[in-house]
Amino acid sequence: MKIKTEAGERHVLAITVDNEAGVLAKITGLFTARGYNIESLTVADITADHALSRITIVTSGPPPIIDQIIAQLDRLVPVHKVIDLNDAGEAHVEREIALVKVAGTGDKRIEALRMADVFRAKVVDTTLTSFIFEITGNSDKVDRFIALMRECGLVEVGRTGVVAIARGSEAL
Amino acid sequence: MTEMSGADMVVQALVDLGVDTVFGYPGGAVLPIYDALYKHPTIKHILVRHEQAATHAAEGYARSTGKPGVVLVTSGPGATNAVTGITDALLDSIPMVVLTGQVSTALIGTDAFQECDTVGITRHCTKHNYLVMDPDRLGPIMHEAFHIATHGRPGPVVIDIPKNVQVATGQYVIPEKIAHKSYRPQVEPDADAIAEAVAMIAASERPIFYTGGGVINAGPDASAALRQLVALTGAPVTSTLMGLGAFPSDDDKWLGMLGMHGTYEANMAMNRADLIIAVGARFDDRVTGRLDAFSPDSKKIHIDIDRSSINKIIPVDLAVVGDAGRALDAIIAGWQAAGHNGRDLGEWWRRIDGWRATRCLDFPEKKEAGAEIMPQRAVKALFDATRGLDPIITTEVGQHQMWAAQHFGFAAPNRWLTSGGLGTMGYGFPASVGAQIAHPDRLVICIAGEASLQMNIQEMGTVSQYRLPVKIFILNNEWMGMVRQWQELTYESRYSNSYSDSLPDFVKLADAYGWTGLRIDNLGQLEDGIKTMIETPGPVIVDCRVAQLANCFPMIPSGAAHTEMLLQPSDVTGTMDDEAKALV
Repeated sequence: MKIKTEAGERHVLAITVDNEAGVLAKITGLFTARGYNIESLTVADITADHALSRITIVTSGPPPIIDQIIAQLDRLVPVHKVIDLNDAGEAHVEREIALVKVAGTGDKRIEALRMADVFRAKVVDTTLTSFIFEITGNSDKVDRFIALMRECGLVEVGRTGVVAIARGSEAL
Repeated sequence: MTEMSGADMVVQALVDLGVDTVFGYPGGAVLPIYDALYKHPTIKHILVRHEQAATHAAEGYARSTGKPGVVLVTSGPGATNAVTGITDALLDSIPMVVLTGQVSTALIGTDAFQECDTVGITRHCTKHNYLVMDPDRLGPIMHEAFHIATHGRPGPVVIDIPKNVQVATGQYVIPEKIAHKSYRPQVEPDADAIAEAVAMIAASERPIFYTGGGVINAGPDASAALRQLVALTGAPVTSTLMGLGAFPSDDDKWLGMLGMHGTYEANMAMNRADLIIAVGARFDDRVTGRLDAFSPDSKKIHIDIDRSSINKIIPVDLAVVGDAGRALDAIIAGWQAAGHNGRDLGEWWRRIDGWRATRCLDFPEKKEAGAEIMPQRAVKALFDATRGLDPIITTEVGQHQMWAAQHFGFAAPNRWLTSGGLGTMGYGFPASVGAQIAHPDRLVICIAGEASLQMNIQEMGTVSQYRLPVKIFILNNEWMGMVRQWQELTYESRYSNSYSDSLPDFVKLADAYGWTGLRIDNLGQLEDGIKTMIETPGPVIVDCRVAQLANCFPMIPSGAAHTEMLLQPSDVTGTMDDEAKALV
């Protein structure tokens, strides 16, 4: 007997929660306990009084599973609101920041700088033998930039994961 | 606002919340609360013999009264021993508040003596949990915890209280109104959904009500509303294990329990229905059988207070999120306002009567006085002997539990206490302790298997201490019968570790604890034995020896459809493919 898995589609969920100890563990634990995927997760508090945090989770699954994930999140006591940004009336904006360290000299170094310019990545640190680039964009753009940098002496990458917000004037 | 110690606040909050009983076990990290309890004679503390039993006793108390059960245990092993009962309460939606002691805040995270990460360990087996770091927060948290445990879909809430927070003083504040910032379960059903439900019921030719523990949790009024709606529509009713008692078993609309060990008529009616009205039930795998064959031609209405239960297993046509009782009341009002009289369901009932004619709960037995007792007969005899006594029945988990569900009839809710979702062996006896504490004058009987009973048998001491007249009726077949039944079904009768070896002499054990012990060996002794059990004051243990190799039928084997029930032992083939073996 072989165990089968189902193909899924990518969804970005925006979740507001009480900014309390253990909330993140509760949410990530829900995903592991019920076998849901987390492709990316970001969290930070978003209100002046530090009472609320916003969590952005990129997950994937067939539509009934996505629906179930939202319902399961929604019933957790510290969760205020769960929005599937893929369902938001208008499209949403996604951004991610990566810090990309590239080491090398000569042509590779020049090529790295040229491509960084094409991708509108900023140089945030430099030595005679290295650059650190800061790149902002959707995950695809960041992926493509990192792939190119592999050819130019990539040594280290840090990524924030996705933050996302719905277009238009409405708030979550 | 009053200045007092954290421990006094805990006890004061219990008093203010109307708690009369706490099930617990003391230890180092809860000594301040135990000392505060000592000064408060209005709260009765029941000293169990193991923390797991405290949680099940609290469940029994909660399930038989509708009020939340309260548990008090110490840190570390006290808390971890409580985890099984907490998880049991989560799976069966039982309102419960568990107070755990914790090491002082400065010691948290240092691997201190009897320290464990209680909030971490219980994070996913509670509805919600708290670690209280400041005595000023104790009042609001205690009140909020009871609110969360009892509102929406009920469940267990843990409050972990470090010892220094119990000792330190602070302001005890009772929140004026509990309006949680984010937890606002939807109780009132949506009016449009109700109107659609009424129309769907009125239009259906083959409707069936499929009800669950949610109807019990919604209170006795919900059970009354169910009866009224069934009378109005004329539709048949089946129920999950947890829902037994919401609808009277002697009503001709009652088809019996559905699912793996449900009746043939209930499962066939579910399969052939054109409309399923699910009320407070969650399409558990023990109910549905093979999903792709589950009620293929029906529309489905799902009434549930927990939105995450809807479309979780079975996609439904109409979701009604709200309290089961309110939703049933609204449907009744809508039905009456529309002037529906109910369709003629005669053809549907004729088909149901055809399935009933299989008499699927019949079992072969010898009738002479010296014959061995069939376990089904023992349950039926117990049911017959207790008619009119309105007993509360608890069970352990296994074959005896299914036989009790099949053969014991219930006329009202809150009289059937069993571990459904988690299937916890060791639940039934301590649950009977909790039920007896809540109802000192009622007849409380734990129908047990000899194997399950031993999982919390130490509670015989608790029963003796509080002079509880609990009756334990053991269907003793000297086997972990359900395990053996599955080994017969799936593993060609290779009985790996399923024999109950080295059993105690239960009669002598009763004597050792100051109980009355009885043994019933054959059919001729059954009625008198049960009569003696009921009439004997104080706790009684009955070791009822039953046919050892009897199995529980009818049965939907795992991976099979409702229409593929095994009705008798000769239907069993003795092996299964891996796909079926992989299903629990």
